[in-house]
Amino acid sequence: MKKIELNDVSVSYIVGDFSNVGLKDVIIQKIKGTYTQKEFEAVSHVTFSVDEGELLGIVGANGAGKSTLLKVISGIMRPTTGTMAVRGSLASLLELGTGFDGDLTVKENTFLRGAMLGYTREFMNDTYQSIIDFAELNDFEDRKFSHLSSGMKSRLAFSIACLVNPEILILDEVLSVGDGAFRKKSEGKMLEIIKGGATTILVSHSLDQIKRMATKVLWLDKGKQIAFGDTQEICERYAEFLRTKTI
Amino acid sequence: MIETIKTQITNIKKHKFLFEELVKRDFKKKYKRTILGMLWSLISPLMQLLVMSIVFTHFFGQNKPHYTIYLFAGNLTYSFFKDSTTGGMNSLMQNSNIITKINLPKYMFLLSKNVASLINFGLTLIIFMIFVAVDGIAFHFRFLMLLYPILCMIIFNIGCGFILSALFVIFKDIQYLYDIFTLMLMYLSAIFYYTDSYSERVQQIFYLNPLYVYIKYIRCIVLDGYIPGIKTHVLCLGYAVIALLVGSLIYKKYNYKFLYYM
Repeated sequence: MKKIELNDVSVSYIVGDFSNVGLKDVIIQKIKGTYTQKEFEAVSHVTFSVDEGELLGIVGANGAGKSTLLKVISGIMRPTTGTMAVRGSLASLLELGTGFDGDLTVKENTFLRGAMLGYTREFMNDTYQSIIDFAELNDFEDRKFSHLSSGMKSRLAFSIACLVNPEILILDEVLSVGDGAFRKKSEGKMLEIIKGGATTILVSHSLDQIKRMATKVLWLDKGKQIAFGDTQEICERYAEFLRTKTI
Repeated sequence: MIETIKTQITNIKKHKFLFEELVKRDFKKKYKRTILGMLWSLISPLMQLLVMSIVFTHFFGQNKPHYTIYLFAGNLTYSFFKDSTTGGMNSLMQNSNIITKINLPKYMFLLSKNVASLINFGLTLIIFMIFVAVDGIAFHFRFLMLLYPILCMIIFNIGCGFILSALFVIFKDIQYLYDIFTLMLMYLSAIFYYTDSYSERVQQIFYLNPLYVYIKYIRCIVLDGYIPGIKTHVLCLGYAVIALLVGSLIYKKYNYKFLYYM
């Protein structure tokens, strides 16, 4: 069964000075008739589908439109043209640090972030201790979040996020975080979820990781779909592309 | 219509936990977990009241009975409106990093801000009632009717918050324009002066200002001792419903476009 289907999807951003201009300026420009709106196509004409239990890897240079595409699949943005279907419960971990508030304590932040990920209060009450244990933050529960080190922050963020149990999982460069020991632990945890049968979309700059894990690959460049299909073949082409690009 | 309301209600239930956590966050941030923080939000309108009542009674010779209560009723309503709409206006932009990364209903952020303002308003209302008692106005069962304008105001403030927050996402200078607007509104809402001296015609014009209608309602109940007529009731609810309707339509239409400007 196809869990995710995108058909000729394009996404345009509105750009230009518009977002920095105030109401007064817009009114003046409208009167003068010099008012213009530019559009920038971040993703153009992308078509692919992912079957149940598959892992799709997305590769591409910075600015290729990967994150925009993930936002569309997550339901944060709507495609400007084209159609899309996502079937099943979805958890998207676009940026693990999102939603934390520096003024609140670690404990308060854990509940807030858990709520944002769609967990219930009962679930958070039950798992709170194991989250703190996994993040190794036992002595810091009542500290202000802004007083943590950045490694601690990402450990906490990961520990909350890795409790998701969705049918579709979307990961943007969040497979492993923290220092050496925690890195191993976190990658193992993520693999556990993926192997649990979730249909996964994974964005990664590590070609190695993609090769090892993905069953299909999508290659984007400057918003355009270069290739979609077999992992081995596309990874080789992409590696070749990267080599020629650096020269 | 009924279908959309139903899905909205299940949506709210689904996000109840998040909503509670957001309210907690906004509340804690507002008062910085200090007793003084909470006290300050009460002291500040009282100080304002003190200054205004001294200025108008001593310098301008305002000597109508219960003038302090008259002033307080206006100030109370105006502060609630300003506090809750300014908070609402900022709610989307303040949470822009969350909105652009997680798929959550955007109105949650605005509603949680409104709850914080409502709590503040509730506390000021208690003090208002103490003033009323001290000033020798006897409590009467018609005071219960105060719930009606307050309920309308809550809806009205949420609606205005919707409209302002949407505008603020797109036009960043709205916050300065809105400051000027609220200042103007304060002078137009008959907070510290009486409207009886104006002609019948001008008095009617005042009713175009929703805030004036809400203030008038409260004063009628507390000071004039009667429940206002059906016209005032219709206006109270009408303004609220219009604001909420316009606001929700804007949200519905631009829901996915906000992101481009964040």
